[in-house]
Amino acid sequence: MRIDQNQLDAARSGDERLVPTPGQTIGPFFGYADGYDQVHLPFRDGNHLVNPARPDAVRLTGTVYDGNGDPIPDAMLEIWQADAEGQIPQETGSLVRDGWTFTGWGRATVDNVGTYTFSTVNPGPTEEGKAPFIHLVVFARGLLNKLHTRIYLPEDTAALEKDALLSSLDADRRSTLIAERRADGSLLFDVHLQGEKETVFLQFPGIEYPDHA
Amino acid sequence: MSQDQHDPAEESFSNSHVLDPAATQDSQETINAEMQDIHDAASGETQPRVNFPPYRSSLYRHPTKSMHHADPETIELWSPAFGNRDVHTLESDLTIQGQGEPLGERIVVRGKILDGDGRPVRNQLVEIWQANASGRYVHKRDQHPAPLDPNFTGVGRTITGDDGSYEFTTIKPAPYPWKNHHNAWRPAHIHFSLFGTDFTQRMITQMYFPGDPLFSLDPIYQSITDQKARDRLVATYDHNVSTHEWNTGYYWDIVLSGSNRTWMEGDTDAH
Repeated sequence: MRIDQNQLDAARSGDERLVPTPGQTIGPFFGYADGYDQVHLPFRDGNHLVNPARPDAVRLTGTVYDGNGDPIPDAMLEIWQADAEGQIPQETGSLVRDGWTFTGWGRATVDNVGTYTFSTVNPGPTEEGKAPFIHLVVFARGLLNKLHTRIYLPEDTAALEKDALLSSLDADRRSTLIAERRADGSLLFDVHLQGEKETVFLQFPGIEYPDHA
Repeated sequence: MSQDQHDPAEESFSNSHVLDPAATQDSQETINAEMQDIHDAASGETQPRVNFPPYRSSLYRHPTKSMHHADPETIELWSPAFGNRDVHTLESDLTIQGQGEPLGERIVVRGKILDGDGRPVRNQLVEIWQANASGRYVHKRDQHPAPLDPNFTGVGRTITGDDGSYEFTTIKPAPYPWKNHHNAWRPAHIHFSLFGTDFTQRMITQMYFPGDPLFSLDPIYQSITDQKARDRLVATYDHNVSTHEWNTGYYWDIVLSGSNRTWMEGDTDAH
């Protein structure tokens, strides 16, 4: 459809907002093609926000599960985060990783057993005393619209206690948003699209999830 | 190896309905009746339902608990930055990636990316992927026996202009069969991946072509229960985008959910 000038004028003067275009599923064919260098959404080193060989590189990994507890082999995940100092990156170059520029954004597809892996750094708090988190968005075949959530770092328990989102959830639900730190320094964060351990998914102002009031 | 010991890794068109637990042999009439019941009970919805049983793959892949309302914070009020470092100008032309011309109807798809306040989304990444003119994707899991085109990968990228505009030159994709139910066909579509000024606006969707006879039969398109909202996914044929003896043209504007940033005076200027 075309947004006509009247609609545009009304939106720009604050009279009537434009209604967002609906989302649709990513479908099954976003991510693999034999014999081509660079096709579809995944790209070389898309999941490496930093080189995994860097001493401060953190492995962020987990598995995406469906409502039967089975891993989903065709999901795509993106993360977006502050750097280690809590600064919001605004450097271009995510799609052509030079190994040095931290852009804060990464894209990973899950493997045949539903597992994703990013190489990144621990985000710093964006403000003094704030609980650091990595924003995660999930797409999958069978999932008709995107799902947003947050991956909180487990360490700063005082900040987690004070966090507005976490403190609005009961303990069971809250735990789905906090990553587990393993002995090797990596972060483990599973995503459950449905079921008893269903991850808390977030609805931000401006987008509707019908029938999910 | 006998038929019933088929290696699950060796998926082919004839066995993939077995490997995909969501695939069914239900009739189109069954799917239509289910869609009708849901539509009859719904009104005014602007986005697809994530719980839409006629799309069988969604059954175990949608959250059942309420979405949790959250206010965007810090990082969520920004998006990653993309630019000419990331995307070459020629990547928006899907017809020049091979050694020769791809088969099919050459089209240009043009439009603008706006937010809910009508602000253009500038210098942002737009990615598309699609089937070829025979309804075949370049993908190991697409075993539909329609020909691949060695001159067409079906993948393109661009960066929006200062007025939020984008443009792709490509080939009109064909409908293709899938395994949701017996004799299931997807309407022709182009997948779009979009970023806004805030990461909460991140979205993936599908653009359709006007007048497609498969619209009423397709549970992915019909997962949006309101006709006005579904129409927002359909491009307009635009003769001003068509060019003499070269391509036909379509126009499609995309609106992202509202930005939650505090915008400065001047940011809303129309260009």
